Amino acid sequence: METVKMTLVQQPELFLECYSVTPDKFAGKSLAEIADLPAHEGKVQWKLGDFFKFEGKSGATAADTKIVVNGDVRRMKRFGQQMTDGEIVINSDADMYIGGWMRGGKITVKGNADSFLGIAMEGGEILIEGDAQNHVGSAYRGDWRGMSGGLIRVKGKAGNDIGTAMTGGTIIIEGDVFIHVLTHAEGGTVIIKGDVEGRVGGQLVKGDAYIFGNLLYPLPGYKMIGTVEKEVDGATYTFDQYIGDLGERKMTKKGEIIYGNIYLKK
Amino acid sequence: MPKVIENVGCPYCGCSCDDVRVTVSDDGKKVLEVENVCAIGTEIFKHGSSDHRIRSPRLRQPDGSMKDITYEEAIEWTAQHLHKAKKPLMYGFGSTNCEGQAAAARTMEAAGGMLDNCATICHGPSFLAIFDNGYPTCTLGEVKNRADVIVYWGSNPAHAHPRHMSRYSIFPRGFFTGKGQKKRTVIVIDPRYTDTANVADYHLQVKQGHDYELFNAFRMVIHGHAADIPDEVAGIKKEQILEVAEIMKNARFGTTFFGMGLTHSDGRNHNIDIAISLTRDLNKVAKWTIMAMRGHYNIAGPGVVWSWTFGFPYCLDLTKKDHAHMNPGETSSVDMAMRDEVDMFINIGTDAGAHFPIPAVKHLKKHPWVTIDPSVCMASEIADLHIPVCICGVDTGGIVYRMDNVPIQFRAVLDPQGLLTDEELLNKIADRLDELNAQEA
Repeated sequence: METVKMTLVQQPELFLECYSVTPDKFAGKSLAEIADLPAHEGKVQWKLGDFFKFEGKSGATAADTKIVVNGDVRRMKRFGQQMTDGEIVINSDADMYIGGWMRGGKITVKGNADSFLGIAMEGGEILIEGDAQNHVGSAYRGDWRGMSGGLIRVKGKAGNDIGTAMTGGTIIIEGDVFIHVLTHAEGGTVIIKGDVEGRVGGQLVKGDAYIFGNLLYPLPGYKMIGTVEKEVDGATYTFDQYIGDLGERKMTKKGEIIYGNIYLKK
Repeated sequence: MPKVIENVGCPYCGCSCDDVRVTVSDDGKKVLEVENVCAIGTEIFKHGSSDHRIRSPRLRQPDGSMKDITYEEAIEWTAQHLHKAKKPLMYGFGSTNCEGQAAAARTMEAAGGMLDNCATICHGPSFLAIFDNGYPTCTLGEVKNRADVIVYWGSNPAHAHPRHMSRYSIFPRGFFTGKGQKKRTVIVIDPRYTDTANVADYHLQVKQGHDYELFNAFRMVIHGHAADIPDEVAGIKKEQILEVAEIMKNARFGTTFFGMGLTHSDGRNHNIDIAISLTRDLNKVAKWTIMAMRGHYNIAGPGVVWSWTFGFPYCLDLTKKDHAHMNPGETSSVDMAMRDEVDMFINIGTDAGAHFPIPAVKHLKKHPWVTIDPSVCMASEIADLHIPVCICGVDTGGIVYRMDNVPIQFRAVLDPQGLLTDEELLNKIADRLDELNAQEA
């Protein structure tokens, strides 16, 4: 795998939209061609080379291309948007839409991520070593399909709207979460290793939530049905199993109603 | 001889009352009497003929004072700064007609900027819920003529929409509701005992910020899981939830009016989303509708006008010129201001100085700030440029959309005495921007 190292040399005055920073766009291009790729700051269209210097070499395909981003890029958004393969490592905090609509490959952020992390993601892997804000793996506004595949792991805490309208894939938040987990979901798994304030699985048709910490305000629409042992993220734990949302429509399979599940660690 | 003008529209709240009777002096410059209108509406008409109105644009000088300038100078100053800015924001439109909102769309498309309206700090979450879950609504006329169960959830019309209850919901006698309030059941769900709760048959004092759980419990009843409801949900006893749910299920025609209590508490769009889901559930067993208690008389207008212009009702990003983008959280005025993401601000027909968080105002104030407003307000007093315009519904007419998205023709009752309308001003700014863009090209 070839590596392109991009280092920030000029901070934008406002926020820069780095939608061109993907292995797909970089693959098969010379460093000069990469520096010519567009980026928007408001209505002004710049080139990536106006803000970054580039070293290294890109691979022939996205799968062969790794991008390493250096410098303080917390005022830059849309890294890895719609990427299909390859790898991005961001040695900084980064702004919104990291890995939005991502279909494959891997993104690692060594700092914090802002909102809309991995929205409508279809595949691949995102690792955030710090915290994330709101709308992790959620749907874009008005879409009823959120994250449908892949893995998002946030080592810190996250805000609200985790996996809204999710249909597949896995989100792991190792810290605390505020409210709205798997709201409107029709599939997928969310694992929260910290505490949650409430509203887990509201309007949920199908999907599984695992809560390791305290769920402060459980929804009335969930009913405990027993205790189970489940393997989660590489280890086996005992959980109280709740089914619901009893206030939402449900699908049936072979005559049996399919409920969503909340597993609360004992 | 004073002139009496009938069927005038009131430019105050989302009720957009259009039965106002205004008496003006024979020179058309003074409002003498206003009838069929609430106390707040009366003040707006009286303010129209106030001697204290500012009638000339004012530009801030290096010493901090404001100097009167001409409209032409104000238009040139605004157009030049819009042309120069990388990401200008125009926000407001609570008190503007649709013609002005359409001209604003033209201006910001030419400027390549951000365009947002007051929904961003009031019923924006309702739009997001409507995107996600639909909007089974009706008109206020249908409520008046058909509704026998009225729910006010997180709204207090007794104070915020003074004629809503008497003109549309609780008290009027309609075609199928000949006995007025005697045959209507009124349910108020609010953490406070409001003046609206005072006239209700049932007041459910929900625990603040836990409306979502209560909606969930009501939905469980409709889905046949009443037995699984805990003894108390969000501070409301199970027996009362079941009693109110029974009334809802047996409604001939029910309407839920919701307000800031839902859109401004945790969860925001999700509170509305589940309210819409409950309305859909109730329609399996009864006839139910839902309606946002829109705040201003034409705040529904920009949502309608910009949806047909750009495809989105608010939080518009027009910086890419060839397509519009919208994602509140990123493109919403307060979020952009808090993140210092815009470099020019035009405040029109609302008071961002009074309504935005102070850190947001501080960020906006670092950049050129234009306030377009008929009145002196906080936003006009901190602006670099204040451009006074006509008051819609007083000095100028136009189309407005009532809270139920019914368009109403407003009319002028006073002589504008040389003031420009929002539409005229914004079109002149857009004309100048077109010239500047052509020169650059």
